[in-house]
Amino acid sequence: MSEKISTRVAYGKALAEFGGDENIVVLDADLAICTMSCYFRDKYPERYFNMGIAEANMIDVAAGFATTGKTAFCHSFASFTAGRGYDQIRQSIAYPNLNVKVVGSHAGLTVGEDGATHQCIEDLSLMRTIPGMTVICPCDANEARLAFKAMLDYEGPCYFRTGRDDLDVVTDKIEGYRFELGKGSLLKDGSDVTVIATGLMVQIALKACEILEKEGISVRLIDMHTIKPLDQEIILKAAKETGAIVTAEEHNVIGGLGSAVSEVLARNYPAPVEMVGVEDVFGRSGHSDELLVRYGLTKEHIVECAKRAIARK
Amino acid sequence: MNSAKKKELEITAAKIRIKALETVRTAGSGHIGGSFSIADILAVLYFDKMNIDPADPKWEDRDRFVLSKGHCTPTAYTTLAMRGFFPVEDLATFRNIDSYLSGHIEMKHVPGVDMSAGSLGQGVSCAVGMALSAKTYGKDYTTYAIAGDGEIQEGQIWEAAMSAGFYHLDNLILFVDYNGLQLDGRLTEVMDPSPIDEKFRAFGWNALVIDGHDVEAISAAIDLAKASKGKPTAIIAKTVKGKGTTAFEDKVQFHGSYPTEEEFEIAFRELNENLARLEKEYADIISGERKG
Repeated sequence: MSEKISTRVAYGKALAEFGGDENIVVLDADLAICTMSCYFRDKYPERYFNMGIAEANMIDVAAGFATTGKTAFCHSFASFTAGRGYDQIRQSIAYPNLNVKVVGSHAGLTVGEDGATHQCIEDLSLMRTIPGMTVICPCDANEARLAFKAMLDYEGPCYFRTGRDDLDVVTDKIEGYRFELGKGSLLKDGSDVTVIATGLMVQIALKACEILEKEGISVRLIDMHTIKPLDQEIILKAAKETGAIVTAEEHNVIGGLGSAVSEVLARNYPAPVEMVGVEDVFGRSGHSDELLVRYGLTKEHIVECAKRAIARK
Repeated sequence: MNSAKKKELEITAAKIRIKALETVRTAGSGHIGGSFSIADILAVLYFDKMNIDPADPKWEDRDRFVLSKGHCTPTAYTTLAMRGFFPVEDLATFRNIDSYLSGHIEMKHVPGVDMSAGSLGQGVSCAVGMALSAKTYGKDYTTYAIAGDGEIQEGQIWEAAMSAGFYHLDNLILFVDYNGLQLDGRLTEVMDPSPIDEKFRAFGWNALVIDGHDVEAISAAIDLAKASKGKPTAIIAKTVKGKGTTAFEDKVQFHGSYPTEEEFEIAFRELNENLARLEKEYADIISGERKG
């Protein structure tokens, strides 16, 4: 079994790896060793700014940097960038279309024992409803690095979601895997049902696929790392060819990937959709594995939803 | 500042107010009170102090200006137009659906605007980013900002103040438009932020208190701020909301309300009388200089 690594660590290493570009500035709000902006800080201290526990100011200072032609990365937990900083992101980054990359780490339930205040299950929803935002949610360390590079090469406002827990690296073992911003990655082909997953749920979905295949159900699996702009083409193709969709996200079922996929289908090609996600409730303290089970973010639930979706065809 | 330059700036401020009022009248709405209280500051910044080039509005070494109280576009856009960033005639389209001149200040489509603003409390942070960028990349430009006195009730203003003091941003100059009124009433009744100068000093800033309608005092305060090393400067500009005509001065409803025909008539008459007086005084100064 290969080494486990979190998307936040992979992100932080990529930021340091590609941080030699003199136009990059990095800001954090007293969470450098959590968001992993610390790798950049240690390598390029002259372009690193700790803004203290003041996220609103940090986000707008990043906007100010961007007006002077810099690429500004700002960091905190998802609850405190996408959540607390929503108005700053909306008004001072997205509306003027500035090249600021907002990072939300420790997203979803798997922040664990810190509990509901820190378990951001609304960030994808908040960020994708802002016009002009690009919203990225990588599924493992390999993808996080590729997604970082793509985000760096893209000029414009972005939100990048990372998680706390160490995860298996899966995408590097999948033949034909490739990452392109705004294009879902096909991880597995299949004909009976399609699972569209993002973030942590991608590898849980891979395990669900194994169970379903053993039962003779052919599953297609799409890794939807870019929530916006959403790859409508791959969704519609899946709906037409497999006729049943399951979405899986470590996020509220309202407003996130499930909603985004449903919007595309409702407007173009209605098909049965089942959603795996947090059922519009706050999380609680607990070990992340326990929390995933408690809130139904499991391979068993994906299997169940796949069968239900097929039955609704 | 010599007396001719002083009079020129006063004339410019008077013209900004007249054109701004015409702009609001044509648009059918707009924030007059806070726009008029900052007209003299805008005149000094854009017609004397700021190192800018209307032919090259995105010039990377230009001085920056952030109107954190982003609703005060009537005078801000008028100032940019009169300075040559875009045609003065375009002000007639202000707030129209097909116009690029939006109600709140906007950087993407309006030449000369360095930052969009509207949701109060954010612009000072953006100005901190611009100033910190200059420090980081060895640029000499100065970043100016104007915040409203009501606006500084927003907590983010003090986050920005803390960070500007901490990073020793002596290339940042913030005006607080201390006109004493906000939408719901007098600051002293709604939420009194005083003492404002002491608060900024406590966050590591220089703080100067001046008459915000005295162009000489505004200019001298900017010179003092630029000469100071190691600290940002807050210039607490004591102003009158709606300054320039008895129709609007110190009247709370002219935060955003549209005047009556009678109020427009009084305002235009008084503003034009004042401009005529200033122009006569200017002519006297020039002829005096010639005789001298």
